[in-house]
Order: sequence, then structure tokens, then C-alpha cells
Amino acid sequence: MSRIAGAFAGAKRPFLVAYLVGGDPDPATSLAAAMAIVEGGADILEIGIPFTDPIADGPVIQEANVRALAGGMTTDKIFALVRAIRERSGVPIVLMTSYNPVYVRGDARFCHEARDAGADAVLITDLPPEESGAFDAAAREHALDRIFLVAPNTPPERLPLIAGLASGFLYLVSVQGVTGVRESLDPAIARRIAAVRSAASLPVAVGFGISRPEHVRAIADAGADAAIVGSAVVRIIGEHGGDAAAMQAALRAYVAGMAVAARRSGAL
Amino acid sequence: MNAGSFGGFGGQFVPESLMAPLQELASAYEAAKADPGFQEELQTYLAEFAGRPTPLTFCRNLSADLGCRVYLKREDLLHGGAHKTNNALGQALLAKHMGKRRIIAETGAGQHGVATAIAGAVLGIPVEVYMGETDMARQRLNVFRMELLGARVIPVATGQRTLKDAVNEALRDWVTNAGETYYCLGSVVGPHPYPTIVRDFQRVIGEETRSQILRAEGRLPDAIIACVGGGSNAIGIFHPFLNDPVRLIGVEAGGRGLESGEHGATLCAGTKGVLHGALSYLLQDADGQVLETHSVSAGLDYPGVGPEHSMLKDAGRVAYTAVTDDEALAAFSLLSRREGIVPALESSHAVAQAVKAAEEMERDDILVVNLSGRGDKDVEGVAAIMGGRR
Repeated sequence: MSRIAGAFAGAKRPFLVAYLVGGDPDPATSLAAAMAIVEGGADILEIGIPFTDPIADGPVIQEANVRALAGGMTTDKIFALVRAIRERSGVPIVLMTSYNPVYVRGDARFCHEARDAGADAVLITDLPPEESGAFDAAAREHALDRIFLVAPNTPPERLPLIAGLASGFLYLVSVQGVTGVRESLDPAIARRIAAVRSAASLPVAVGFGISRPEHVRAIADAGADAAIVGSAVVRIIGEHGGDAAAMQAALRAYVAGMAVAARRSGAL
Repeated sequence: MNAGSFGGFGGQFVPESLMAPLQELASAYEAAKADPGFQEELQTYLAEFAGRPTPLTFCRNLSADLGCRVYLKREDLLHGGAHKTNNALGQALLAKHMGKRRIIAETGAGQHGVATAIAGAVLGIPVEVYMGETDMARQRLNVFRMELLGARVIPVATGQRTLKDAVNEALRDWVTNAGETYYCLGSVVGPHPYPTIVRDFQRVIGEETRSQILRAEGRLPDAIIACVGGGSNAIGIFHPFLNDPVRLIGVEAGGRGLESGEHGATLCAGTKGVLHGALSYLLQDADGQVLETHSVSAGLDYPGVGPEHSMLKDAGRVAYTAVTDDEALAAFSLLSRREGIVPALESSHAVAQAVKAAEEMERDDILVVNLSGRGDKDVEGVAAIMGGRR
């Protein structure tokens, strides 16, 4: 059983998945941020590989990509970051990336290095099932879970195709659009969670637009297995520029608040 | 690769949110292609509104200078001042048939933005155009033209603030608003079915060139030269000649020289990668980060290229080369002075390559240059460059 499947199997409550851009604003500070997130109570850590042209991301995460690249982040350093986190924690780690950094490195080499560093899964934002053949084979060979996105406008007939390839969990996008904090959740989310559930036996994690404890509770009440928070975390990192200690404190507090919200939800 | 493969290039490397809209677009386009009513409507707009066919002009002075028979395919005379109108009219008509209430576009030099604004105005659909702030500064005239035509120009302040960044923003808008919004892509780039749709709408350039040169000379040309940014004017004129014994030459932006690293010569100096939804050649570093580009011409200042061009390069069917900013500027002046035609800086790259290619040609050899656009939009910028050098 993969580390992610094991975590979900043992779970007694909805999960909190937290995302940060690897290397934002520099590799050392990014490690400190990741550890603060884990200490705050995140159940799964998603690490974004910065890319110059992330078309699925909104402005907050795009700016973090720019900061990380300006801070000298490379794919080698992403793997070093994963290794450093793994030395300190058993938290499941998902690498989230645009396809080009994977393609250029080579699917097989990328998967080998990701696994070797201690990553558990890969989510490629612009690699739909139709294009994922080469990557999928490499990920399977290296026992990496393959997380796929399900969008609000994904037709029901595509769900079996996506579920057939995915492992670990399914990432249900809560809103039509790019990543970013939003005021409220789409009221149709419960129906979408149910639709995905009926097509797949995998845990369902809901992301995009989630920033507040009440969002987490709403998602948990709607039957999701996990809530994913990204831009809100990235914004905290962005706001604390040079002060790593203040950033860590703010991250710990924020993630803890979101994790408590998950624990208090109706699923318990 | 599932759909839209050009010899292994192309594809649909997009977020899941765009898979359904792309499928909707592909289906709508197949239906429109087979619909005589749609085709007739498009032909009517192209002929009566846009001014097709455009002339094939024999250049007496340039032919004497260069020592071969030089023709220009005059897309500069198309309504809007560039070949972009062929594609924008086709796609805007498609948007209308699909019942879309809003059209978005991206633009580099502004020509595609102007063409989309024109098409939106005549077909009665609101248009919003993403444009990098750097490009807005160097193409002020086209920004004003778009606004005059009723389009909203949205400044893009991310990245290098050029065409690549405008494409990113347009894609993000489309990811968010795909239900009611049509994304009118400006070149033969992007995810399937765009490279096919745009190529089909631009093929008219090559089809006309073919019949016009046969009428004028009684034979096919020896070589055809076109500039390549994303590559839509080039694929438009090349495509009907792919199975003929005609040399096809695509000219990229050599900028300050390929060795300088400051250029937009994707096929000459790039490697395979995925950008904006397609696998193609790309200017990138060893980690797959997309590199900054440079060209004196905003329309060629793009690190990617259409996937069909990548296939044609690997197949050896089209020769791709690059000319520098200085060579393009010299050609800009040359064509203006010798033929009374001010070419777009993009097209000036093709003219510059014609000067080079003519060295290897005989007096009776026929050279066709695709004059993809007119240079009015560039006059101010070129004046600034030339003034600065005096």
C-alpha cells in the first residue's frame, strides 16, 4: 500500500492537504515553510515545481513560481527539498507540476529521481489522461501514485477514464477556473463529489478556492475525503518576505486552524 | 498521443477544465467544415469584406536587383493589414455558430488583436484582447486601432510582458469562462484542434498563390519564403505546396544573432517541449523553463512554434533559417525604397531571406515571398531605432 493510500485507510477524519511552491522564495526558506505546514497538522504536503508558464495557476501561485525561479530553484533542488523533508517527516508528499519540466527531464528519469528522493505521488496539471501514456508507465514502474484532476465541466463519461488511471486520490477542482482564493464555494460541489464517488473508489480531495475553516467544513460535510489549500498558504509565505520565523509561526497557526476545522466537521 | 498529432508533435496538454471545451470546439469545427452554408458565408466575408483574393505582385525593381523573378503575395493588402484577418473572420464566424457571447484573443504585434476586433465588430460579438505591456508600448497604433474597433485591450504585466505571457492570460481566462467564451487563437499553436483550424483558415493564401503563379508564369515557383513566429502565414502559404517540388523556406527571428542567445528562432535553436498545450520545439533551459526571447518584431517574439512546423522541420520538408534584427531592418528599408511597399517587420524577415536566397538562383527562377502584413504599425518604432543610430 502506498503511503497515501495508507494514510487515507487509517484516517478517522477528513484530511487537510496543503500546497506550497518548492523553493519559494528560496530553497532554505521553503524547507522551513514546508516543515511549519507539517507541524501545523497538514496530512499531505503538495510541493509545486516552479514553471515559467503555469497556465492552470492564478496570480498568487504564479508570483510564487516567479519568486522561486528567481531564488534559483531547479528540478535538482526540488528533489533535494523532498529529500530534506523526508529526513524530517513521514508526511506523504505529492509533486505538482506542469508537464514540461517532466518531459524535458524524461518521464522515466523524473519518476526515478522523485521516488528516490521520497516523493509518493505526482500530479501534472496539464497532462490529461489522453496524453499521459509515457508518464503513466514510468510512474507505475517507480510505484508513484498518479493524481488526476477532475474539473467541474468534466463530462460524466470521462470519469471512468480518469479514475482508471488515477491512484492515491482524485483531485476534484471545486470551481471552473485557475487556482486562487475565493469568497465562497460552488454550491454544486456536493453533487460533484457524489458523481465522482460513484465513478471511482478512490478518496476524493477538493481543491481550488479553499482558504477558510468554513470552506473545509463545508467540503467535509459534502462528503469529501480531503480539502486542499494552496493559494492561501502561498500568500502567507509571500507576505513574510525575509522573516522566516514569523512566516513559520503564521503558517503553523493557519494550517492548524484549517486542520481543526477538518476535525470538527460532520464526518466525525 | 490521442488527437491532433503532427508526426508526434501537437496534442492537448491542457488542464482538465479545457478538455471539454476543446472537444466542443473540435466537434463544432468539423460540423462547420462540412457545412456548405458556413463555408459560403465565410467566402462571402472574405471576398466582399476582407478583400480576397489578394494580389500576387511581380517586383520589377527587386527582380532586377536580385537577379531572379521575385513575387510578393500581398497579405498586406488584406483588410486589417495582415493575413490575420483570414483566421479571425473564420474563427469569429465559428464562435457565432457555436452561440458564444464573447471572444477573447491574445496578440503580440497587435495584428491578430486588430483582426479579431474587426471580426467581432462586423459579426456583432464583444472582443477582449490580452496584450503584453511591452508589446503595447511598441505597438501603440494597434492598441488604439483595437479600441477604436470597440475591443477592450487588457494589459498583461506578467513575465516578459510579451506574446507568450498574453497567451498564458488568455488561456487562464478561457479556463475560467469556457462556457460562454470563444478563444480566438492567433496562430497555428496551442492545443488540438487550434493548429488545424488556423492552418485551414490560412490555406487560402497558398491556394491563391498557386493559381496566381500558374496564371502569371505557367509553372510553380522554385521557392517560397515566409516568416515564422507561431507560423500561421507560413503554414498558410506552404501547405498547398507540400507535395510539389517547391523549396519552402521559413524564416525565424534571429534577433541579435543566434549565438547571442537573444532571438526568437525556435526551430533553429530550440529543443522539444510542451508549451501552451502542445508538444513542439521550444526555447528553454535544461530544466524545461521557457527562455526569454528577443526580436525587433513583436509578432515573432515568441519562444514556441506551431507543431506542424516542428513536424515539417524534422521531416526535412521545410528549411528553417533565421535573419537578424539588422537584416530585417535593412529589408524593411529596401522594399520600401525599391517597390513602394512598407512591409511589416515580421514580413521583413522573409524579404531579408529572399535577398540571401536570390544569390543561389538563376535569372528565370521564381521566388515568392509571403508579405504577411504591412508596416504602418512599425513605422514609429523603426523611426525610433533609425533615429537613435544617426
